[in-house]
Amino acid sequence: MAAVQGFRKTGVVGLEDLSALGLLPPEWRLRKGPVVVLECPEMIPCNICVPYCPTKAITMERLIDLPKVNWDKCTGCGVCVAVCPGLAAFVVDLSKEDADYVTVPHEFLPAPKVGEEVVLLNKHGERVGKGVVTRVWERNKTYVVTVKTPKGLGMEVRAIWVER
Amino acid sequence: MTFYYEGQPVEAYEGESVAVALYAAGFDSLSWSSSLVRPRGLFCMIGKCSSCFMIVDGVPNTKTCREPVREGMRVERQRGWASPVASESVELSELPEVRIDTDVLIVGGGPAGLSAALTLAEFGLDVVLVDEHFKLGGQLLKQTHKFFGSVDLFGGMRGFQIAEDYVKRISSNPRIKVLLESVAYGAFRGGIVGVASKEAHYFVKPKALLASTGAQERYLDFVNNDLPGVIGAGGAQTVMNEYGVKPGERALVVGSGNVGLIVSYQLLQAGVKVEAVVEVLPEIGGWFVHAAKIRRYGIPILLRHTVKEVSGNGRVEKAVVVEVDEKFNPVPGTEKEFDVDLVLLAVGLEPDTRFAMQCGAVARWSPELGGLVPLRTLDLETSVPNLYIAGDSAGIEEATTAIIEGKIAALSIATKLVESSKASKAREEMDKLIRFLWDVYRASPLLARARKGKESVTVSREEMDKLRVEFPPPISFG
Ligand code: SF4
Ligand code: SF4
Repeated sequence: MAAVQGFRKTGVVGLEDLSALGLLPPEWRLRKGPVVVLECPEMIPCNICVPYCPTKAITMERLIDLPKVNWDKCTGCGVCVAVCPGLAAFVVDLSKEDADYVTVPHEFLPAPKVGEEVVLLNKHGERVGKGVVTRVWERNKTYVVTVKTPKGLGMEVRAIWVER
Repeated sequence: MTFYYEGQPVEAYEGESVAVALYAAGFDSLSWSSSLVRPRGLFCMIGKCSSCFMIVDGVPNTKTCREPVREGMRVERQRGWASPVASESVELSELPEVRIDTDVLIVGGGPAGLSAALTLAEFGLDVVLVDEHFKLGGQLLKQTHKFFGSVDLFGGMRGFQIAEDYVKRISSNPRIKVLLESVAYGAFRGGIVGVASKEAHYFVKPKALLASTGAQERYLDFVNNDLPGVIGAGGAQTVMNEYGVKPGERALVVGSGNVGLIVSYQLLQAGVKVEAVVEVLPEIGGWFVHAAKIRRYGIPILLRHTVKEVSGNGRVEKAVVVEVDEKFNPVPGTEKEFDVDLVLLAVGLEPDTRFAMQCGAVARWSPELGGLVPLRTLDLETSVPNLYIAGDSAGIEEATTAIIEGKIAALSIATKLVESSKASKAREEMDKLIRFLWDVYRASPLLARARKGKESVTVSREEMDKLRVEFPPPISFG
């Protein structure tokens, strides 16, 4: 690693970086429906997403390699969102006309409820709008939450906050 | 249950430590410094510092972070290091002296010690596992985040769940004798180790010994850095994650290594507002994914910043942060104030090598590993024959490598103590694990620094033999 990568200064990884690392789903795949975005740009000794993916869409040669996604195989099921120890896996659905859908890991109480309006946060923690929760499930204390966001926010929103 | 802090009743829950119960009840001051009589609050919470030394039922210098609450107990503050001569109010009782002959003594029941104990027992060896705390697990107990790695290395499980899994298997294993609230205070000629516990004074004679004694948190220089509310990041994790006590309302975290980033996320989970993480270097210290986890909830990471001073009346109320230049000197006029009641220090760990050093292990300084650490062979034996090291006390790395190192040390010990067919199986497994650790796991660029450190303190068998001639070990085990 030569110069310090930008995300190592900001804690925010941009779409260009993800694309250069092969972690950004291609246009054609984004148009088809829900698909995974693994924001895992460093060579962590970790492969947890690989054995858990039900369709074997994620592969890795060595434990320290970056995950590689087979875009045809990924169904956007969100299992990797639940199990990734880095909370670095997200599912986006940009295929709908009126709205985008984003699935994020959430480890805060209270648990979000389906139908509830929540605050949408981007990678910098800025409030970028409000969205409605469409699905919640839990695995080992991580909630996997899908929110409906205004159209155009699918690649922005990476967290939600429940305000009651 | 109820106990008494300088005469005042304090409500506490069973299973809490005295220090945590006092903190939860709002008592910030646990002792006084010796010369300036300044209040001392809790700091490390794992028995490695002296901030929480108190007089408990007349006994001075009791580490209250390691002392479970008991109904009616009396706790008082002490000034500095109190004379260890017990006061009249203490009933002295003679402890029985008990000699234990065993295959392996393990000092420290954290990830390295736990994995070693089980591996040794699987090979049919008898183990005595000693820990200062009143429960096993070491720092796994406060790790609420999920671990990386692969499924066979507990990846995906949360740290405390790994501890639960180990403890369940260890407590049902008849080959492992666990001594809690027990201190292995020293090794003597003849390879006998003294262990002080509340029930007995043990003299343990093992054929091999593993020192997996962990690490302690580093301190940082700034004005009023001893004010209660300045806590080790790990100490705060113990308070909130092991005992479920909210450590404060608003926090400043100093240091952006994985510990600083993870503790910030956990503070947020506990409902504490994290004002900022400050980092003196021009780059985030820890892994990107841990940084991203706190950035997306709006916690700023201020690079090239450090804490200049804190202030408050008996407890931190304010922290001043300042920018630093290329030479790490504060830039005047860049001060920022934060109204916080917690300043958490996550500025690195230092290996706790006291046990191995007392045994006379030859050591070398490694900045990458956090300080002076014993030299060791690939299979983790030190210059003291049959004294092994593993985990953070062998050089700061992380819990998964501690688990692997514990297992490597155990397998190496097994090759010496079990019959030949089983010994060759142990050797095979050990070689495989050593190759995995060095060629696969530590090949990650994120671990390059630790790897460099470990390379600098690992020597060949031949070099070790020479060291043993040059610096004859004062004692040996076996
Ligand atoms: S979303 Fe489901 S199918 Fe796609 S990579 Fe993740 S686990 Fe596999
Ligand atoms: S599980 Fe998460 S952290 Fe681990 S390799 Fe997959 S995406 Fe990266």
